[in-house]
Amino acid sequence: MTDLSTTYLGLPLKNPLVASASPLSKKIERAKRLEEAGIAAIVMYSLFEEQIIHESLELDHYLNRGSESFAEALSYLPDGGLYGISPEKYLNHLAGLKKALSIPVIGSLNGVSKGGWTNYARKIEEAGADALELNLYFIPTELDMTSSDIENMQVELVAEVKSAIKIPLAVKISPFVTALPNFAKRLVEAGANGLVLFNRFYQPDFDLDELEIRHSLDLSTSAELRLPLRWISILYGKVNADFALTSGVHTHEDVLKAMMAGAKVAMMASNLLHNGEQVVGLMLNDLEAWMKEREYESIRQMQGSMSQKSVKEPAAFERANYMKVLGSFRDLP
Amino acid sequence: MKKTTVMMDGNEATASVAHRLNEVIAIYPITPSSTMGELADEWSAKGKKNLWGTVPLVIEMQSEGGAAGTVHGALQTGALSTTFTASQGLLLMIPNMYKIAGELTSTVFHVAARSLAAHALSIFGDHQDVMAARQTGWALFSSGSVQEAHDFAAIAQMATLKARIPFLHFFDGFRTSHEINKITILSDEDLRSLLDEDLIRAHRERALNPNRPVLRGTAQNPDVYFQARETVNPFYAAVPAITQEAMDRFAQVTGRQYHLFDYYGHPEAERVAIIMGSGGETGEATVKYLAARGEKVGVIRVRLYRPFSIEHFLKALPKTVKSIAVFDRTKEPGALGEPLYQDVVNALVESGRADIKVIGGRYGLSSKEFTPAMFKAALDELAKPEPKNHFTVGIYDDVSHTSLDYDPSFSVEEEETIRCVFFGLGSDGTVGANKNSIKIIGEETDNYAQGYFVYDSKKSGTMTISHLRFGPKPIQAPYVIEENQANFVACHQFTFLERFDMLKYAKEGAVFLLNSLYGADEVWDHLPLEVQRDIIQKKLKFYVINGYEVAEKTGMGGRVNTIMQTAFFAISGILPREAAIAEIKHAIEKTYGKRGEAVVRKNFEAVDRTLEHLREVKVPAEVTSKITRRPPVPADAPEFVRNVLGEMIGFNGDRIPVSALPVDGTFPTATTQWEKRNIALEIPVWEPDLCIQCGKCVMVCPHAVIRHKVYDEKLLAGAPETFKHTASKFKEFSPGYAYTVQVSPEDCTGCTLCVEACPVKDKSQAGRKAINMAPQPPLREQEAKNWEFFMSIPDLDRKLINPSTIKNSQLLRPLFEFSGACAGCGETPYVKLVSQLFGDRAVIANATGCSSIYGGNLPTTPWAVDSKGRGPAWSNSLFEDNAEFGLGMRLTIDKQAEYARELLPLFEKELGKDLVDAILNADQSSETGIEAQRERIAQLREKLGRLDDPRAKDLISVADNLVKKSVWIIGGDGWAYDIGYGGLDHVLASGRNVNILVLDTEVYSNTGGQASKATPRAAVAKFAMSGKSLPKKDLGLIAMSYGYVYVARVAMGANDQQTLRAFLEAESYEGPSLIIAYSHCIAHGYDMAKGLEQQKLAVQSGHWPMYRYDPRLAVQGHNPLVIESKEPSIPLAQYAYNETRYKMLAQLDEARAEELMQKAQQDAKSRWALYQQMASMHYNGDKKE
Repeated sequence: MTDLSTTYLGLPLKNPLVASASPLSKKIERAKRLEEAGIAAIVMYSLFEEQIIHESLELDHYLNRGSESFAEALSYLPDGGLYGISPEKYLNHLAGLKKALSIPVIGSLNGVSKGGWTNYARKIEEAGADALELNLYFIPTELDMTSSDIENMQVELVAEVKSAIKIPLAVKISPFVTALPNFAKRLVEAGANGLVLFNRFYQPDFDLDELEIRHSLDLSTSAELRLPLRWISILYGKVNADFALTSGVHTHEDVLKAMMAGAKVAMMASNLLHNGEQVVGLMLNDLEAWMKEREYESIRQMQGSMSQKSVKEPAAFERANYMKVLGSFRDLP
Repeated sequence: MKKTTVMMDGNEATASVAHRLNEVIAIYPITPSSTMGELADEWSAKGKKNLWGTVPLVIEMQSEGGAAGTVHGALQTGALSTTFTASQGLLLMIPNMYKIAGELTSTVFHVAARSLAAHALSIFGDHQDVMAARQTGWALFSSGSVQEAHDFAAIAQMATLKARIPFLHFFDGFRTSHEINKITILSDEDLRSLLDEDLIRAHRERALNPNRPVLRGTAQNPDVYFQARETVNPFYAAVPAITQEAMDRFAQVTGRQYHLFDYYGHPEAERVAIIMGSGGETGEATVKYLAARGEKVGVIRVRLYRPFSIEHFLKALPKTVKSIAVFDRTKEPGALGEPLYQDVVNALVESGRADIKVIGGRYGLSSKEFTPAMFKAALDELAKPEPKNHFTVGIYDDVSHTSLDYDPSFSVEEEETIRCVFFGLGSDGTVGANKNSIKIIGEETDNYAQGYFVYDSKKSGTMTISHLRFGPKPIQAPYVIEENQANFVACHQFTFLERFDMLKYAKEGAVFLLNSLYGADEVWDHLPLEVQRDIIQKKLKFYVINGYEVAEKTGMGGRVNTIMQTAFFAISGILPREAAIAEIKHAIEKTYGKRGEAVVRKNFEAVDRTLEHLREVKVPAEVTSKITRRPPVPADAPEFVRNVLGEMIGFNGDRIPVSALPVDGTFPTATTQWEKRNIALEIPVWEPDLCIQCGKCVMVCPHAVIRHKVYDEKLLAGAPETFKHTASKFKEFSPGYAYTVQVSPEDCTGCTLCVEACPVKDKSQAGRKAINMAPQPPLREQEAKNWEFFMSIPDLDRKLINPSTIKNSQLLRPLFEFSGACAGCGETPYVKLVSQLFGDRAVIANATGCSSIYGGNLPTTPWAVDSKGRGPAWSNSLFEDNAEFGLGMRLTIDKQAEYARELLPLFEKELGKDLVDAILNADQSSETGIEAQRERIAQLREKLGRLDDPRAKDLISVADNLVKKSVWIIGGDGWAYDIGYGGLDHVLASGRNVNILVLDTEVYSNTGGQASKATPRAAVAKFAMSGKSLPKKDLGLIAMSYGYVYVARVAMGANDQQTLRAFLEAESYEGPSLIIAYSHCIAHGYDMAKGLEQQKLAVQSGHWPMYRYDPRLAVQGHNPLVIESKEPSIPLAQYAYNETRYKMLAQLDEARAEELMQKAQQDAKSRWALYQQMASMHYNGDKKE
């Protein structure tokens, strides 16, 4: 019997396939179907503090606009209801997911204010999340802001959130860090139990007809696996945290690679969004078949087996460009 | 007895009872009663139950007539049913009211009494509407204050159930409907103990029921109709006693005793006034004041006007009375006197008291102020040996000399009452904050309090005036704060100082709070001379605060409301500072809490940061300013504009005498040009080097403030130094022609639609366009001069312009300019386009609504004239009849043209055969042809003018109709889809040559965004609080079914060329044309600057397919339907969820939003499929198979 089970952030999981933060969790029905298909845990879509603030201010703006100015129309929109503009909606949904599912549900949070992060983290914990994933990103545009300014800010934030909650904490980070291992170490020291590599962002594109900037998020491909694969391989065994690989997980082979790099779980969204939850079963079957064929007993057995510290040629992970690949050679007798 | 006092306005006070006492409520929006319907709808949508534990069913109808019919049906089948209305709405209910009364049916209609449209429409209050219904057989029941409106709503219900006579409960529009006052609320237990359940069951017993069938509504003949009509007399005779009984029962339960006629004043009064409505409050306060000083005067406040009880009236009248003055808030031209006056005279004569001298007069029409001084004027008149009968008071009538003089300094205000006046900019939230303030004072302190709010007539950049009173005694003052009476005056917008005299309200020693960019040390030098003088002379305590800065720092944007409110509480000391701040914050949480924490947070921050910015100004002893208040209009404006419109612009319209006003409501056009409003913070600046001269900016400008011209470059001689120009790129007009895009800086609203429409982007800096926004103040003077020069350049001859391209069409001068529409309005670009293409020969019928308000609300009118003095002739009849009104215009033109053609041959000798033939056979399909015909008609006038032949004179008087006229019928979706649909349909069916433009905002915009049948599925609107559950009516499809109606659906933002083509084709079609124009609107909850972009999305999502259906194509054997938008390419949600009206539902009820959005998506798909099939149908000559 092949053992697919793993643990992540201290949570026992029946297999390493986790649905990452995405619209997949927006419908309880869909989450249930994912569970039935075999997914081992679900990370909820992110609670964006900025979005809550924006929606709140926007609603206020449009309810106010033009009001109390003209005798016949003292307002232009009805304003009678209780708007779902607060973390309550998210929290209620989280509680609903918890009730409907037996697999772990991990909350996800992106805040903008210090108070917002800790306040919402606590609320997510209270709503019943099994763990919390912090969704960190920052696009620096100021010339005087240094990488250490940003890193210090984020490390401090992780420490604050950690001290506010008791459930395990994972931090989802961006790959755009000058010294990722050091940053990862600092995050873990600040209290992160797990690191999720990596966040994918909307990237601006140019519309050449309109000369305007367009934003879109394309679904990932397996090719994107390489970046987190490298960094989990490098960090595995050096930093005391559970790793989750996200970006580019589309096949059982991608899952195997993630595990071998040192990840505890492989997270996916694009594949599920594109192909539906039935891919979970197929991937798990393929995974099991592959392991059987090669006589692997368990997932745990392979976790980290291809990490930098476990491979014959650790420098392979340090190769960064074409020249270096060409230039590697050994003297022959 | 448990009592709860709350602050609320008259509409809410009434609706709160009506909603609890009814089962079926049929509503329709009309100012000032709309709020009652909105509240009823909102409460039912939220599941609020009536007294019997069930949620009343609220339905919006297509008109007030429809609402009355529905209520009639509901009553006939046994429901407790009501409606709310005003003005023309009540008139539309009259036919049903006769029926309801004739059938002795218990119901109460609640009316916020309003003026009727006669020489002009007015949304304000008087009793003309109610008096127009007094013959219907309904009891007329008048409340005069917010508390009374609340109480009488209940008493009316008690009385009607017992009497079986329907009650019309009315209170003064705006004065009572919109005044906020402290009232004791009737609890459910109170109401329960007031109502007799047996009577309700009896009402149900009378219902139509097939188990015990009866028939009502017979047709009767001469033999019995008369007798049957007399059967009801005992019921009417019983109403007064029943009503008094209800009042007495009410007093037992609540402690508030009313009588059919309530007398106040000296017990031995010799002079007595009789009055109804809120004027009674003024009268009561005045006679109490005078009687306390020994004057033998009194007032009778009439509560139950009809049926008029002589017995109760005489009982109320002191025996000592020698003379009576009756006040009527209505006008009945040609009558011997107004109705209340006549009834009083009649009552006295019938009861043998003809010895009492009675005079009657009019007051307070259209919410004209009615003060104690005016009331006293009539009592004073009674003391004269020959008092003036049929007087007016409150105006200066120098024509018929009806008006009474009064002493404006007479006041009965309580010394302990604090009076505060606040001047705010519409968008700064001043009124909202003051509503909160007055609620805080009224509900959180022992004070009585009152708030009343005055708005101006424009929809953007407007001034609001808030009048707040509070003090230890009940506030019985239904009039605005008078001059020299305010303890506190606040100006929230610095620029108002140079436009309005606001310190006239301040009493000596009052506080003046100014929102100022200048600090306490420097502000003095920036004040106009008059303001400095008043501050010194009235010994005002003067405070400044830079509210703009605090707002900016705390993310409040332009809303200084919370800041100024905090400053008000800090200075006025009504509450201890900490307590005041706690209450303000509590009010903020209550008002904004449901909108999210961020909103509350920013308001809290604004409160917290206010006090550090508040400073008292050390007032110098001398007036030093060189700045003086600006006249409302320039000195070179025409006399009428200066003397009449200018006074209105300067808020001094009350001073205008009768003789200065037109007798028949006819006003000159082209007067907005004199009202320089300067409301834009930023204006567009043109970059000639980048401009491709496409004219798109000109086309989309809602206010016609950006224009372009091609002109002979020689005309540049004498141009101001900064006047921009470049060589013309128009192929028809170059070389030798120059080109300029010019902005009128003082008329622009800063909406930025022009910048959005500009298709050009700088190749080296993509963010820079051929027009970009820049701050207005530094440009104002220079660009005003440039605008003046630009306007002096002659327009190109229309004959030379082929209007079929955007750039060329926009060379035609807009004859609709600088309207009071919202900044960025989505309607006005279409209206302006009509004025450009056809304005010099257009006659326009305009339905009541936004377009009639920004098009016809005084003081100034945007419809303009060209250099020859020609321009659109415009009129507004009503809301419901606009299509018919326009058809009538067409018929006149057609008939008189026909008559002229009949007469013409009679004068062949005088005119010459060639001229007669040329006139009769003129080709007027082009501007050249029309101009040629104009010249021929001029010749005809000239030649026939010399003849002394009546037929020649006749021909001259109708000959103008031989020049092609363009009849436009313009209105919004509320008119076209709902209230005016029957007429619209008939006019379309008539086949006559009219052009109907429907400005489709998908809601009743003018009355504040109520749902119409044009409202799309899934959108939230007032009267559709939980999202409209059914799809938008397809008006175009219905019109196409006639086969001979030209129909176009356009969206200027999506395809301006298609819009232009549709307008040209519609006008050229010699039959009925209908253009349905997507008009983005403030009621959509969307950034108006992006309105054009949103129009594109509306089209791309399939919400708004664009097409033209031209019956001429069918005649040629082609399919008449040409679809001009592509298959939907984006999900409907991508368009819809940009707008608050859709997004709000997702925030309120996600599951319902999702369900409705899916259905709406299906609507779009089905509509597209249907149109596709229609457009591909084979017509005889079509080659496609």
